[in-house]
Amino acid sequence: MNGARQKLLDFVIAQADDAMVLGQRLSEWCSNAPYLEEDLALTNVALDYVGRAKMFYEYASKLEAGKRSADDIAFLRDGRDFRNLLIMELPIGDFAFSMARQFLVDVFNLEYMALLQQSSDAEVAAIAGKAVKESRYHLRRSHEWVLRLGDGTEESHARMQKGLDELWGYIDELFVNTDAEVALIKEGVAIDRALLRDSWSNQVEAVLQEATLSKPGVEWTVTGGRQGIHTEHFGHMLAEMQFLQRAYPGLEW
Amino acid sequence: MTNIPVVSAEFHERFAHREASGNKAIWALLDQVKDPEIPVISIWDLGVLQDVNAEQGKISVVITPTYSGCPAMREIEQDIHSVLEQAAYPNVEVISRLAPAWTTDWMSPEGRERLKEYGIAPPQRVAGRKLQCPQCGSSDTTLISEFGSTSCKALYKCNDCLEPFDYFKCI
Ligand SMILES: [Zn+2]
Repeated sequence: MNGARQKLLDFVIAQADDAMVLGQRLSEWCSNAPYLEEDLALTNVALDYVGRAKMFYEYASKLEAGKRSADDIAFLRDGRDFRNLLIMELPIGDFAFSMARQFLVDVFNLEYMALLQQSSDAEVAAIAGKAVKESRYHLRRSHEWVLRLGDGTEESHARMQKGLDELWGYIDELFVNTDAEVALIKEGVAIDRALLRDSWSNQVEAVLQEATLSKPGVEWTVTGGRQGIHTEHFGHMLAEMQFLQRAYPGLEW
Repeated sequence: MTNIPVVSAEFHERFAHREASGNKAIWALLDQVKDPEIPVISIWDLGVLQDVNAEQGKISVVITPTYSGCPAMREIEQDIHSVLEQAAYPNVEVISRLAPAWTTDWMSPEGRERLKEYGIAPPQRVAGRKLQCPQCGSSDTTLISEFGSTSCKALYKCNDCLEPFDYFKCI
């Protein structure tokens, strides 16, 4: 595989991993949400993300000329080979934590996917075109929850604030371009993440203010997901996610 | 109040394409393929069926998936194969086309009508207008959840007849 193709493959797999890992985390809410409608909502969003991951993994498989199938890439790689952002893999926490993460990620994804629709790579652009429509209503919902919990009871407010405080140190990583991305940005394939920061901050801060929440004054920041350096929680998540394919290789639905 | 049926420009374009096709019989056969989750509407009505081509005995059917993770797409693909096989077209290929992304604007007016009869409020573009209850027609309705029994639906309730109902989301 030549250098340019390898970079595209790395980029596509990172996109797939982001969606897969968040989708897996969201699916953990199945049958555990606060009430039935929420259960349906969370699992539907999970399904959107798993679907998004599938499209990216299938494209990755195509770029490898079928050397590995989409399932192989998702279910037979070890933790160190996953390239997702750390924020995606954090355990679901309480409902406020999950909604806080969803909101912070949805604001980013909506803008990112809207720009990625213009990618010079037709397949990437097509997947982004589907993703952007879904992110639009994901955000509508997570936005509403941030307002409702933030500007709700004393307890809901405290939980939402705590969730934001715990997540804040993982935000920087959203805006860091990998070496592969830097090269792909020049070709018009990828989007410069750094350029999205101001708009993201403005949107998030406006909602926090409306929800009577404060912008976390967190001083620490952590990155590493794109290099395969994950949190201690990741291995446990993968063990559950990959169990079936590891125990029964090649098993199909 | 009379309802004037409005055909979207997007649907009109699809319809014209189907009318101009040389494979009318195959399009008609494919009207038998229904959405497995809403069995009253066909993949044509749903806006999933995009194109039919026949070349040297091989038929290719182009479809656009609704939602990324929609499990119905697999079943739809199998149903296309079996319907055409039964009509003695054994050589069939189903092509999934992502772009342009599926939109509810592609739905047929008949499909919208059948959704309503089935108890699902059809998608509507007009912002700010209250949804009509498919049971009693009242416009006094409230959103219960942005998500319903499947990805494509949201859950509402009618404040007049007090029945909950599904709304086919507009995307
Ligand atoms: Zn009613």
